[in-house]
Amino acid sequence: MIIDHPLLGPRDASEFTYLGDAALLDRPDTALLDFADGADGADRADGAAANAIRQFHDYLYLRDNIAGQTRELWFHEAGDGSWLVVTRDTVTHEIAKVEMARDVALAKKHNDEAK
Amino acid sequence: MRYNALQILVQAFRRNQGWERAWRDPEPQPYYDILIVGGGGHGLATAHYLAKVYGISNVAVLEKGWIGSGNVGRNTTIIRSNYLLPGNGPFYEFSLKLWESLEQDLNFNAMVSQRGILNLFHSDAQRDAFVRRGNAMLLAGADAVLLDASGVAKMYPQLDYENARFPIKGGLLQPRGGTVRHDAVAWGYARSADQHGVDIIQNCEVKGFTIENGVCSGVETSRGPIKASKIAVCVAGSSSRVMAAAGLRLPIESHVLQAFVSEGLKPLIPGVITFGAGHFYISQSDKGGLVFGGDIDGYNSYAQRGGLAVVEDVCEGGMALMPMIGRARLLRMWGGIMDMSMDGSPFIDKTSIDGLYFNGGWCYGGFKATPASGRCYAHLLATNEPHPLAGAYRLDRFLHGRMIDEKGAGAQPNLH
Repeated sequence: MIIDHPLLGPRDASEFTYLGDAALLDRPDTALLDFADGADGADRADGAAANAIRQFHDYLYLRDNIAGQTRELWFHEAGDGSWLVVTRDTVTHEIAKVEMARDVALAKKHNDEAK
Repeated sequence: MRYNALQILVQAFRRNQGWERAWRDPEPQPYYDILIVGGGGHGLATAHYLAKVYGISNVAVLEKGWIGSGNVGRNTTIIRSNYLLPGNGPFYEFSLKLWESLEQDLNFNAMVSQRGILNLFHSDAQRDAFVRRGNAMLLAGADAVLLDASGVAKMYPQLDYENARFPIKGGLLQPRGGTVRHDAVAWGYARSADQHGVDIIQNCEVKGFTIENGVCSGVETSRGPIKASKIAVCVAGSSSRVMAAAGLRLPIESHVLQAFVSEGLKPLIPGVITFGAGHFYISQSDKGGLVFGGDIDGYNSYAQRGGLAVVEDVCEGGMALMPMIGRARLLRMWGGIMDMSMDGSPFIDKTSIDGLYFNGGWCYGGFKATPASGRCYAHLLATNEPHPLAGAYRLDRFLHGRMIDEKGAGAQPNLH
């Protein structure tokens, strides 16, 4: 596979380390969710939501694992050390889009703040 | 029809016209006590043990393609029980014991060959780790022998002992490990299950589950709806896709693992060897082809084909271990899709939906587990209680911090 790096151009996939689903960028903010959704059950002494463990379990261990187009995190370990969000088809290995993970995360932050 | 020497003689006199087909081709019935989704090794083994051990024969195995068309026919046929952790060791040793009596149990020649598996080590630290593993194996009831370099050289004089970077310091040998003819495992279990009354329904794809009020009561298939009291999913490689139809997310990613077969050669490698300093393992089939493989490609895939970077990596491992294979030509290579779980260990468990059961997450070690997986899954389905040897394989173990992580790699499926 060739990954078309936004800054460096086309690079071989073997230069990269694979982390997994780009949903890992959305780390649960359990304290914030607590205020937003209302606590389900008693709050914890540390200020986190009552279901914080469940939220982190789902975030860390469960995957959609889609057969088809997914967004995933690749780290350019043997290159410039940047994190990329690669939109790729897991059935054909075709790559549709490559973005800097930093841009994706910042865009999401702006969107969340706008809401 | 029982297979034996007399039968061969009798059929020979009948010009071999009297052999029956090994299993029927029945139409799906509207209701079964237990439906097994997936006609691979584990699904067929589950059906066999349900009927033979637990006396439940109103069972159907639904297979999307033909039986044995998935990973049971795509693996490198190795059996072993050289595990370290308490949740795994006794389970895999149980599996190895079932392999040893499999052919008598099934009345089918699966060519179980206990030719020994040798894990090489190349440093003092690796030796210490293998001593520990060997002791854990002995405690789990398995067999393990520690060999020094001269002991290894007696078995395999053709290895590269003078390799400057990765000298062979010795190996951990499990003499009872070996290989099995993988297709025959699927066929043998299918024939036995069929003889005990199980319906094996091929070309029948499960499209969805009938779930009402948290109870699963049947499946939608390409050949119409089928009702059942219990639905047992057993589709490693496609687990996430199938279970998504029931609305469940799993601690599993799908990854591609490649395997290779060389042209046929004269007898060269009597057992199974794994290289301890890279990703390479090898055995020789009875037809003479060198059967070898390495690590998964490392990224999520449903493609059943891998990349050339891993081909190069595997061949480099082979050349480092035994430079003599450099002139053997590659005959075939292929990829299979693995359920890579979050701790490298499998699942045999109920789900949060009543009547729906799950077996999967076998990573690249599913073949050797086939008999024990079938036996323990059948136990769970028949009694609603986990088999004592598979009690650690719970779906919710990450929530409670009870992962079974042989490598200690954490929640990173491509590192297991």
